[in-house]
Formats: sequence, C-alpha cells, structure tokens
Amino acid sequence: MSNKIKLVSSEYRTVNYVTGPLVFLKGIKGVSYGEMVEITLPDGKVRNGQVLEISEEMACVQIFEGTQGIDADKTTVKFKGEVAKIGVSVDMMGRVLNGFGKPIDGGPEIIPDEMLEIAGSPINPYSRAEPRDFIQTGISAIDGLNTLVRGQKLPIFSGSGLPANELIAQIIQQAKVKSGEEFAIVFGAMGITNREASFFQKNFEQTGALQKVVFFLNLADDPTIERIVTPRCALTVAEYLAFKQDMQVLVILTDMTNYCEALREISTAREEVPGRRGYPGYMYTDLSTIYERAGRIKGKKGSITQLVILTMPDDDITHPIPDLTGYITEGQIVLSRSLFRRGVFPPIDVLPCLSRLMNMGIGDGKTREDHRGIANQLYASYAQGRDLRRLVAIVGEEALSELDRKHLKFADDFEKFFISQGNEDRTIEQTLDMGWELVSAYPDGELKQVKKEHIAKYRVKTKTE
Amino acid sequence: MLKGKISKISGPVVIAKEIAGARMYDVVKVGDMSLIGEIIRLEGDKATIQVYEDTSGLIVGEPVISTEQPLKIELGPGLLTSIYDGIQRPLPEIAKKYGEFITRGVNVTALDADKKWLFEPKISVGDEIGNGDIVGIVVENGTFEHRIMVPPTLNKLHKVTKVAKKGEYTITDTIVTLDNNVEIKMKQEWPVRIARPFKKKLDPDLPFLTGMRIFDTFFPIAKGGNAIIPGPFGSGKTVTQQSLAKWADADIIVYVGCGERGNEMTEVLVEFPQLVDPKTGIPLMQRTILVANTSNMPVAAREASIYTGITLAEYFRDMGYDVAMMADSTSRWGEALREVSGRLEEMPGEEGYPAYLATRLANFYERSGRTMCLASKHERTGSITVVGAVSPPGGDFSEPMTQNSLRISGAFWALDASLAHRRHFPAINWIKSYTLYVDQVLNWYLTNVGADWKELRDKAMFLLQKEVELQEIVQLVGPDALPETEKIILEVTKIIREDFLQQFAFHDIDAYCSPKKQYWMLKVIINYYNAIAQAVERGVTLQQISSLPIKNEIARMKEIPLDKAVEVLTHLADKINNEIVALEVL
Repeated sequence: MSNKIKLVSSEYRTVNYVTGPLVFLKGIKGVSYGEMVEITLPDGKVRNGQVLEISEEMACVQIFEGTQGIDADKTTVKFKGEVAKIGVSVDMMGRVLNGFGKPIDGGPEIIPDEMLEIAGSPINPYSRAEPRDFIQTGISAIDGLNTLVRGQKLPIFSGSGLPANELIAQIIQQAKVKSGEEFAIVFGAMGITNREASFFQKNFEQTGALQKVVFFLNLADDPTIERIVTPRCALTVAEYLAFKQDMQVLVILTDMTNYCEALREISTAREEVPGRRGYPGYMYTDLSTIYERAGRIKGKKGSITQLVILTMPDDDITHPIPDLTGYITEGQIVLSRSLFRRGVFPPIDVLPCLSRLMNMGIGDGKTREDHRGIANQLYASYAQGRDLRRLVAIVGEEALSELDRKHLKFADDFEKFFISQGNEDRTIEQTLDMGWELVSAYPDGELKQVKKEHIAKYRVKTKTE
Repeated sequence: MLKGKISKISGPVVIAKEIAGARMYDVVKVGDMSLIGEIIRLEGDKATIQVYEDTSGLIVGEPVISTEQPLKIELGPGLLTSIYDGIQRPLPEIAKKYGEFITRGVNVTALDADKKWLFEPKISVGDEIGNGDIVGIVVENGTFEHRIMVPPTLNKLHKVTKVAKKGEYTITDTIVTLDNNVEIKMKQEWPVRIARPFKKKLDPDLPFLTGMRIFDTFFPIAKGGNAIIPGPFGSGKTVTQQSLAKWADADIIVYVGCGERGNEMTEVLVEFPQLVDPKTGIPLMQRTILVANTSNMPVAAREASIYTGITLAEYFRDMGYDVAMMADSTSRWGEALREVSGRLEEMPGEEGYPAYLATRLANFYERSGRTMCLASKHERTGSITVVGAVSPPGGDFSEPMTQNSLRISGAFWALDASLAHRRHFPAINWIKSYTLYVDQVLNWYLTNVGADWKELRDKAMFLLQKEVELQEIVQLVGPDALPETEKIILEVTKIIREDFLQQFAFHDIDAYCSPKKQYWMLKVIINYYNAIAQAVERGVTLQQISSLPIKNEIARMKEIPLDKAVEVLTHLADKINNEIVALEVL
C-alpha cells in the first residue's frame, strides 16, 4: 500500500509446500495482504507472485509464471513491500507489452509518468457521469438495435469458431462519435493464439490504428496465472489515459473465458469450496472489479468503453462465465452459429442481444426521434417471424394467414439485408431507413411499437400502393 | 478499550487474536488503516471479522480495536435524497473529501451534524410520553413532514421537563428532556440487524399501486406485502424495479442497489430529480433514499446494505408512512453471504450457499408488513412493502435463492427472457406469476375501481390460460384447424398481450397507468371479446371483424391521457358494440 512503504524488503528461503500455481511459505513476518513477491529459482530465473492469504504461520503466494522448477531448498522469495503496480505513460501507445506491461516488441523500456496500483479503486457511484454519447459502429445490428454508448461495457458472447475477432476489428476501424474525437485503444489479450494475435496486429497495421493502440499480449502458451493481472494492467493504463489524459478510450478484452479458467485454477489449488462448474463462488465479485472499471466521471473529459469477447463453452449462454458477465455488463451482443453457417456476417443473433444504455444514447438530437420505436418494431416483428418458422416446418406455409406470411418474409429479409452487411460501414440514418423499408411491408395497424406521427413521416410507401 | 491483533487475512475475512471479551456482531476497526469490520464468529480469544473494505495491505500483527457497539445507522432529518454506501456512509461526502474513486478508511458521518433544521414542538412540559411518541416535526425539502420520535429505548412513560421552542436546531441539539434526565435529540441510532419495534402487525388490505397494468390488475400486492422478481439477465429486473420506485404509491422509497452496476445508480441519480410524482407534483428524488453498493465495492458491505435499507424503511414506517423498499438484487446479497461463509470454511449447503440462507432471508422479508406504530398516543399505522429482485444463474428458477425467496414472499412476478427478447415489456410471465394478496385487496378494488373488477380480471386470466392450450394445438396442426370460436380467443389474447400487458416504461403517457384507466382498458377488451363472440355465433367471420378499424383504436388505448381516459374508453366500449352488432352475415 502506498501509505506503508517498508524500508527493507525481506527475503526468505522457507518454501514449505508447492501446489499448482501456489507456493506456501513458513515463518513470514510483516508481510501485507496482496503484496507483490519476487521469486528467484535455483537457476537464477526470477518470477513474480502475489500474496493471497497470510496467517501467523504461513503465507500463500500465487506465482504468475507457474511453479515449475521451484524447490524447497534453494529458492529465495523476496517480498517487495508493495502491491502490484504498473508504470503508465502516454508513450505506451503504439507498443506491444506482455501481460505484466513489459515491452516485448523490442523497443525501449517505457519511462513511466506514474506508478499506479493495478487493482484500482471502485468509482464512487455518485461521481459517475451518465454515459450518453452515441458511438456509431457502422454495424446495423448494433447501432440500430443495441446501441453502444461511450462509457458502456458491452461483451460479445461468441462461440468457438465464430468471427468475434473480425467483428471487433471492424468496430475498431469504424467506431466514431458525433464530436469527431478519436478513440485510443487499449487491447488486453488473454490466452489468445498466435494466429489471433497476428490477425489483430496486421489489422491494426493495415488500418493505421497501431499508433493509438496499447497492446497487452498474453498468448495461449504464456503463463496462465499472468492472465489474472493482464486485464487489470490494461484497465489501469486505460484509466490513466481516460481520466488523467482526457482521452476517449476503447478497451478490448479477449478472451474472458481464458481469464476465468485461470481464476478457477487458482481456486482449485487453494482447495476452496467450488461454486457452479467448479468456478469459485467469488467469481461474480472478481469479474465485477474488471467490468465496472468502465464509465465516465463527472467533470472529466475522458471515458472508458469496454468491449469484451468471451467464448461461450459449447455455445451455452447459461454457462457461469457468460451468465455472470451478463449480470454485470450493460447488455450483450450474441453471435449465432446458425446465422454464421448461412453466411451472414456479422452473425449477430439480435433476439438475446441487449444494450441497457441504449435509451441514453438515442433519440432526437442523438440519433433520430424514431429510433426507439423502429428498433422495438423490428424486434417484435422479427421475433414473430422466427416463431413462425417452427410452425411452418410442421404445417407448411399454406396454412398461414396473410399476416403470418408477412412476418415470415420479414424475418428472412431482415436477416438478409439488415443483419448481414459484410464490411459495409453504415451510418445510423442508413440503418434506420433500412429498418423502415423492411417494416413497410406491414399495414399501418400492425406497427404498434412506433408512434403514429413517425409512421407518417418515415414509412416508405411500398410500390403496390 | 478492547484491543487485539491480526493473526490471519484471507480476502474480506480477517481473524484477530487476543481479543477476549469481544461480542458477536460488534463493529471493529481493523489495522493501521482503521478499516471497518464486524465480528461474525468467536472462538476462545479469537474473533473472525468480515471487513467492509478492501483488505490488501493489511499485515499480520496490526491492531484490531473493538468499538464495542453493533453496526448502527443514524436516523434523523436529512436522510431523504441521500445516497449512501452499504454501511450508510454518504457517497457525495466521500467524493468531496476523497475524490472520484472510493478509498479506504474514510471517515464521514451519515447525517450533516452542522445543518440547522426548523423544529416545531408538538408536546409541552408536563406531558407523559413514551417510546415512539412524536415530540415535534421538521419539514424536509419544503414538503415532507419528518416526525421526530422518542427513540424506542424507554422502559415506561416519562414526564417531559423541558421542550425546545420552535426554532432552528442541529440534529445533535437536545430538543426534549424527560424526568429521568434522558435527553432526546433529532438524531437517533439503531443497530441494523435488529428490527425496530412496533405495537402490532395489521392485515394488509390496501393495494400497493404501481401504475403498471400487469401488477395492479393481474398480480396486485398489498401495502406491507412483499414480492420477488426473479429473472435472467436482460429480462428487465432493474427497469421494473426503477419503474416501481418511480410510480409506486408510497410516501418514501428506499432503493437498495446491492451488488449491481454503477451506471444504474447514476441513472437513478440523474433521472429521479427530473421526474415528478403524478399525484403530488413533487420531484421523485425528494421521497427517495438510495443505498448503493455496486458490484465492485467490498463484498461484506454488500451483505450489510440490505439491513441498512430495511432499517431506514422501518424508521419512516414508525412515523406512520407507507414505505417501499426495492432490493436489487437479493441474489448478490446471498452471494455475499456465500462468499463470507466460504472463507469461514463453513460446511456448504445447496450450491455452496450457507445452510442458514433461508433463515436470513426470512428474517429480512418478515421485516416488511403493515403495522400499528409504537406510540402511547396518536395511533398511526405505517407499512413497508418489499420488492426484491432475484438473479438466478442461467435463469434457472430452481436455484436456492429463488426457491427460498418463494417460500417467504407473497407474490411471484416471474420475468421471462423470451418475452424480453421480443420486446414485450414488462417481461412478466402471466402464466407463471402469482399473488396471494388478491382476496385481501379485493374490497378496495370493488369499491374504488369497479364492481366487476374481479370478473374482468378472471375472464382475462382465463382467456390467457386458454391461449396457452390453444397455442399447443396450433403448433401441431396449424391455426386453420381451430373453430372460429377459438380463433377469436387467440385474436383477443393477442390484444390483451400487446395492447394491455405491454407497457413501455419510458413512454410519456403510458409509463404510469391509473387503476381506473386499467379497469376501463380491460373492460373495453373484454367487451370486444363478448361482442365478437356473439357476432361469430350469428355467423359473422373473423375476417370481417378483424378488418374493422376499431381494432386500431383499441391498440392506441395506451396513449389516451389519464384525465380523459374514462370518458374516451366508455365511448369506445359503446362504439365497439354498435359497430360489431351492425356487421352483417355474408
């Protein structure tokens, strides 16, 4: 802790018990909870760790780079007298760092402006400013139906093999706000493959985004436990850029599933009572200390917007990782395998998607007055059409009423034109107009979600009329 | 002063040794940073403490000092419009003193001790007063009558020996002195884990009106009752809770954001001051107290936040007010219990929750109710209505929090993800939900809303139930296989679902719907059903009926302003009859 700096850091050779990523030390005095630890192996290699639990007899330390090679005899453990910190600087932009924030791009060391605790502190709810600036991602399914606003945290629930990375890359490339400010990007990669990492790096190079990206990279074959600190390092840098340097920061975290696996590994090693599917009972609290570090603060210009990718194991949205995430984040974007197979890109299944902050970012003066109504109408009609597909499979299309056939056609057109857009960058007006075009197939009386006056103003008269 | 030393630290749980004499649930200051904690287990001279702040940086051997007091909150003028954390520390004060991020070991008082309030005495020297009696009033925010009561700690009636004159006083000035030398101040303290006393519980027979049709017409609860809203994420728990907080028929709203999102509390803070109570014309914020312990704030304080909230509610109930408490979400509270229990290495019950989960939940919900308030004269009644959100993992209602809450609560408002997906809001499932209060509040509805209220409601519920059965058939054989008499049921239930049950929380007019308007809307729909049922019997086809423009008028009923609703809807009901009777058999 900053208010308690020890003059002498203490060294011990009292490793007593090693299990999984944990080392237990005997006879430790004056060590604080959460303190950082440096471990020197018999061969001189140095590893980092953090105190997880201390009692009079024993200290439990988690080792970020794994415990291989640690012995009970010669390994020395040095307590550094401070909690985990990261040096932050504007010069980090354009750099590639490891999960701890050390450069791995061959460039010079980063000279920090400040040393900040990576654990961060909760933003006082009273000091938060309402997120309300509409971010145009150029993607209709997001802008039109699940609008993203500055200061929001919105995860993408993906499945293995689904193009979440491509979607994120497109958002990074197209995201803009009305005031025209550019986003600084902090990218926290946890346990992603080399292929995925180079996809992003190449993409940033091609689009010229590289200069505004801080890239934290923990690859799939990097130490697992390092993943516990990677998102926290990334967010500490993001907070510095947003709230001290007045930047608009977009934080991308991928893949949170790998983070949760690491969390489970430590919990199991500590022999804690497991919660659902073996994940620790405190996973909700732990995840919230990551996700809640998004937002705006009254009186500050900057903001932190989080886009998080997580892979739903077996596409199961009720799995603890997407489940707990959904309870913390302000909505979710869900990718669908069946749409992907049908060649729809982005394969966003809009029905389970949600943006909780949408209402704050849309409407007259922000997007357009008819936005809420038309979004609800598209949702309601699409849901109807989707339901009918099942029925049609059984009774055939002939058995349907005329209205039902309209619903069915609407659902197909909606997927074909509205959701599927490839690499097109659509303005919000284009998105909304397309929505009106689609619902114009219905008679006025069926458009129950939109205001009367908006029907008159925006409804596209179909050719037959 | 009772003092010990830290001997073990594990997350929010700290064990102190050499602290013999400490009592269960006493508040302690932990470490050099004086973090606030509470003793939750004793073992010889060792005490296990749950700490309400982040424990990193604590060192074994640092001091632990007991305050020898249980966790208490301050009660008095100045509570309204406040926003507190889980242990009643005012967040605006913390922000002013320590900046935008919450630091640890903060030292702020809940109520402003320097502010002067205009006190008006209601008793005189020589009066005999006892626990709960009102000694005077303070007008808060220009409109709210804050009744200053005798704290419920006296053993018998006492004579008043001194009363302050009408004038301005701080909350710590003595305003009344009794013959046993007890000095009464405007501020009193109360331990949060103990329910405040009352004279007796009364039957809840007044409805707790919410302005939402699905609740007021289909699943009403009584003032002093309780309800739970379970639902998976994204099904609209928070929007529903906030709508309730906005429009509910209560004098005071205590809104507890327990382990939820920071931005949601911001939303309340930004939105409530702008909204005006439709009945009194006063900004909603002026009747609201917020307790905000967001998910990333310390987990033990989350456990306490529910008790802080209900104690605040009890204080206003004791004055004779109707209080509504919204707890969003009780599951996070349960998880806090689980987390602390896990750190204590207790034997886990179902899904890792402690075995005492049901007891704790029952203790909490039973603090709601309609009561005869404690007083030796001027009898008054007050009520606390509790609405608790539940967040079942994966939306699975069989999990322990939902099941245990169900056993205690009087109404079950089941949120349904599939309704939310099709943007049917509020996404309350009308088949799964239930309420046990209909019989208790029935009289009120019959006298104040309409004599056939129950018939209309039952008819609508019957049709909706019938719809589920018919839908099953439709799924198998298609809608054409149904006879006309059953097709019209589907036609009408669609109207009930879309034009009655759906209610958009952000609509200018429809956000709040009065019971009278609800009644008339339903009456119009049932009237329509009866009319078309007769018409179909005559041989009119459904095609003819559904091409009538009158359907569009029914669809726009929601948008009729409250003051004109009864008139317009009465007219509409007649119009429906006339037009449908006029249909000729082809």
